Amino acid sequence: MTTTVSRPTARSTRPRMSAGMLLRSSMFWLMLAALFVTFFGPILWMGTTSLKTYGEATSIPPTILPSTFDTSAYDTLLSLDGQYPVLRWVLNSLVAALGHMLLVLVVASMAAYALARLQFRGRGLIFALIVSTLFVPGFVFIMPNYLIIDQLGWLNTIWALIVPGAAGAFGVFFLRQFFVAIPTELEEAAALDGANHWQIFTRVILPNAKPALATLAVLSFLANWNDYIWPVYVLFSPERLTLPAGLKLLQGAYVTDYPVIMAGAFVASVPVLILFIFTQRYIIEGVARSGLKG
Amino acid sequence: MTQQSVTSARPRPAAEQPQPRAGRKVRRHAWWTPYAFLAPFLAIFGTFVAFPAILGVWMSLHDWDYLMPNKPFVGLDNYLDLFNSAASAFSRFWEGMLATGTFVVASVPLLIVLPLLMALLLNRKFPGRTFMRAVIFMPYVLGVAVVGVLFRFILDPNIGILNFLIESSGLIHVFGLFGVDAPIPWITAQPWAWISLVGLTVWWTLGFNTIIYIAGLQDIPAELYDAAKVDGASRGQQFRYVTMPGLRPVMVFIVTLTVLASANMFGQSDLVTAGGPGDSTRTVLMVILDEGLGAYRMGSAAAMGYLLSVVLGIISIINFLALRDRDRPRRRRRKAAAKGSAL
Repeated sequence: MTTTVSRPTARSTRPRMSAGMLLRSSMFWLMLAALFVTFFGPILWMGTTSLKTYGEATSIPPTILPSTFDTSAYDTLLSLDGQYPVLRWVLNSLVAALGHMLLVLVVASMAAYALARLQFRGRGLIFALIVSTLFVPGFVFIMPNYLIIDQLGWLNTIWALIVPGAAGAFGVFFLRQFFVAIPTELEEAAALDGANHWQIFTRVILPNAKPALATLAVLSFLANWNDYIWPVYVLFSPERLTLPAGLKLLQGAYVTDYPVIMAGAFVASVPVLILFIFTQRYIIEGVARSGLKG
Repeated sequence: MTQQSVTSARPRPAAEQPQPRAGRKVRRHAWWTPYAFLAPFLAIFGTFVAFPAILGVWMSLHDWDYLMPNKPFVGLDNYLDLFNSAASAFSRFWEGMLATGTFVVASVPLLIVLPLLMALLLNRKFPGRTFMRAVIFMPYVLGVAVVGVLFRFILDPNIGILNFLIESSGLIHVFGLFGVDAPIPWITAQPWAWISLVGLTVWWTLGFNTIIYIAGLQDIPAELYDAAKVDGASRGQQFRYVTMPGLRPVMVFIVTLTVLASANMFGQSDLVTAGGPGDSTRTVLMVILDEGLGAYRMGSAAAMGYLLSVVLGIISIINFLALRDRDRPRRRRRKAAAKGSAL
């Protein structure tokens, strides 16, 4: 079949495609198809399973699509019998992630402005101190932070989820790289018009750094939404949990009732998947940049 | 060199500006202005990073039991216990280190090589390239909790889809040649539990490294490939002499980050295997958290944390030294010599 394609015809107007090229090209597309199934398949499987009955989800051979769309897993998950306040977990996760994101944006951008645009004694030292913590693994801080959170009376509260993570060096480091690149002429023009540093910061620097701020916003939202270790240890009451911590509880309770667990996992995934679809440019750019800038 | 793609987004390098001292007037500000801008961040940083770093050392030098009123000073005992086989913390800690070490050794090479292949594939020009990059990266935006419970289901020996696919595709006969019978115990026996945990981690995080590699690939100037082609370099030679040296800084970053991330492994074991079979997948981070927040021996747990981070620091330094550009001084000398002869 392929030999007819590769037969050299002198007057052929089409670019000739050799058998080898055709084979290579179909191999390439086959490989991409396999990758697509490998990486997207499990996510799809999670979604379809959550819409099956318990019997169908555990039947062999498995069905790819549910024979009838059955929402009983979601009914169990979201039922108001109070055993597992899943909607409450969604709300907790949302409030924590949004609060954390806003706090990071405010404190990191202010600090980055000082470090990028202002001259002062100790600037190098402070910057070095902040950056050096990028290389200290997070688990070193878990024990002492638990005590500090306890002393602040923040155990089992949302503050434990919002505030400590905002001390991360990444945001400051990431924004500083952008701020130093904004032309000084803009700042000078504003200064000549009598703007003070707060006005320069809010009206010149921040509007010019929107892509960087958007990237940091999305990355910090995702990190907080997905955080697992910290919420599992600082939250105790079922109604205070976030979705990831709640999933652990669900898995423990519904050991083999996979439709219910998949429904829970799906509820935890949908917001980040939607966020990813709309902001993947920022996320991927932010990740790529973090690699290039060390 | 690695800064090229980033600087292109920047307006212009400082050196090109006509008046280097033009920013002077702007810099005039009250002495406290910079500190006011820094204050909110430094307050949080001081409370949850700088102070804890010191408090952690203090805790590690005491018999710090969260539930006890007295926390007597014990000097380096918490650390020495980790090297004393008679102490109770000894075996727990080192079994955890062994599990974490096993995971690092198994997962890091895969997470270095597979993303590189993926990046080379997705750096080619074809319709749908951006879409495929997004698909590969997508699992990474899911949290470990979601990935954990999802794979707990996929890997279930009896009703999981993985065993069904392997059995129905006939692949099980290939496994059979090695004496493996269906159903494969992905979660309940070794080495399957490690294979599962490494596999799902590769699925979950491969996109992250791939994206960094792609950015690194795009930073390699096209002229270098043109020059290599003119010199008659094959594709293999181009990869070896242009691509690999060009990726070196990115590689240092990826190896460091991947080792650190793998050494932090916790959620996968916690949710998929619950540390089992036996305690074989109980990672050192699980041990530390059990010690400190389960049994409330926080001094001992803090000591474990510091010892682990020292080990990781040493690994990072070795990695940096091993991957640093050893040819650079020689190349620079050669370049200087070439310039001299041209003059």
